[in-house]
Amino acid sequence: MNASPRAIPGPLDVGRLRQDFPILDQQVNGAPLAYLDNAASTQRPLAVLDAMDHYYRHDHANVHRGVHTLSHRATDRYEHARELVRGFLNAASIREVIFTRGTTEAINLVAYTLGQRLKAGDEIVVSELEHHSNIVPWQMLCERTGAVLRVGPITDRGEIDVEAMLALITPATRLVGVAHVSNALGTVNPVAEIIAAARRHGALTLVDGAQAAAHVPVDVRALGCDFYALSGHKLHGPTGIGVLYGRESVLETLPPFQGGGDMIATVSFRGTTYNELPYRFEAGTPAIAEAIGLGAAIEYLGRVGLPAIAAHEEALVDHALARLRDLPGIRFLGNPRQRVGLVSFNIDGIHPHDVGTVLDQRGVAVRAGHHCAMPVMERFGVPGSVRASFALYNTRDEVDRLVEALQLAVRMFAP
Amino acid sequence: MSQGDRGGATTAEPVALDLYQQIVLEHSRRPQNFRRLDTPDRRAEGHNRLCGDKVTLYLRLAGGLLAEVTFEAAGCAICLASASLLTETAAGLSVGTAERLAAGVIGHFDDPAAHALPPALAALDGVRAYPSRIRCATLPWQTLRQALAGPADAIATTEPAE
Repeated sequence: MNASPRAIPGPLDVGRLRQDFPILDQQVNGAPLAYLDNAASTQRPLAVLDAMDHYYRHDHANVHRGVHTLSHRATDRYEHARELVRGFLNAASIREVIFTRGTTEAINLVAYTLGQRLKAGDEIVVSELEHHSNIVPWQMLCERTGAVLRVGPITDRGEIDVEAMLALITPATRLVGVAHVSNALGTVNPVAEIIAAARRHGALTLVDGAQAAAHVPVDVRALGCDFYALSGHKLHGPTGIGVLYGRESVLETLPPFQGGGDMIATVSFRGTTYNELPYRFEAGTPAIAEAIGLGAAIEYLGRVGLPAIAAHEEALVDHALARLRDLPGIRFLGNPRQRVGLVSFNIDGIHPHDVGTVLDQRGVAVRAGHHCAMPVMERFGVPGSVRASFALYNTRDEVDRLVEALQLAVRMFAP
Repeated sequence: MSQGDRGGATTAEPVALDLYQQIVLEHSRRPQNFRRLDTPDRRAEGHNRLCGDKVTLYLRLAGGLLAEVTFEAAGCAICLASASLLTETAAGLSVGTAERLAAGVIGHFDDPAAHALPPALAALDGVRAYPSRIRCATLPWQTLRQALAGPADAIATTEPAE
């Protein structure tokens, strides 16, 4: 299948790339900022900031409405962003690309619209390592419909126990939801295998791609999923914008989500007809500038190159694991064989929030807590963990500073 | 914890000392009165939903005074130190005085000018510079207020995460 030689990505020129991210150039508590909290939210390159600024300065009007020039321009830019997303995900058509507020709203859209066809006894299957946003909407749906939520367990490595999860998928299963990448552990899940099993039983599949899209290439047609959700702010785009990819044949069968402007064809008190895809699922004036910003982020990632980014981040993770291993009292959460972008750990005798505060005093920003994945913390018997997560602009030097700040925390809190 | 233990650290130590003053570190390493009472007159549990910290406070009352104050907790250094300091400062106080002390400590983090910390708790003042950590320091004191207000078994919870 690979007739042409596989392209080997060249190393990133991180020094130059960092100049694209003005926020990185600052001192925090007297030290240069080392931003290692990218799994919570990434930073934006100038290309994104400029695209949004240019839009507001020159092109803003409401979309899909006006006959005037600015409205045409705004609509063109908004719809161009949709086309960029389509290409990014390799969706078949822009009819399959719905803009949402983020991954959470995308999953809620599916849970809500699917709810009208679920009944008591139906089952939904998720894994134990899901983010709360891929758990709670299904719990709420089960409460409304009497459906049952089944949870596929994870192993001590922090990987989905695929055999156990597949055993839960039966003809009663209506939907299988799974994260492409775990935000708490970094595990890359075998989503294609899980999707294939779900499809054999006629179940719909939803992939939570929030933690994946900035790190691994996504091809929804190769994956074969019915839904794929992602958030702009986790791939160097704006907050307040996300995407729900939905297979067109499935979206056609779903009722509308929210009612309002833009999602209708005609409105009368005798009855209302709904707009075509994807607009049927985008009620109200959308986040136009944010969609344009997301499009700019996708173009930026394309210029830098996802394979090169992935190789760079893999090297950072390897370096972090190698150096952290020697830290007294360190305990890693999970040890997944397929991992991207982050390391999650605890230090014996030091609460993760105390670690986070000491690191902050050295300009090193990490996440400390449960990472909106409390079942994962419960699985590993910890209240939370320290998570260092990487992006294209991070350096080995920043990883070293993380380790030095952790050594300081160990000395401070030593018994 | 002699200077000699501080290994190769050279520049810029100590760090975060306004938050992690020696007295806070010592109380977090060796919390005072860290034990359960099997037959307390009052018992209250405090939870910080943001970080999972949990404090259980036990009171033995005698003649309107807090005759014994103990606690158990799973939490960060700030929470443990604050709870440990609480057991030392509240023991022997009347119920009314203990209530005013707890209200004053909690109030200090909103309006330090209006609510001075007693000298024994001065080490907690450093937490004010770390807004995300204030709840760690106040959780034991909110739990004390719950315990004092009764019923005999009460649950306190800090404000939910924003």
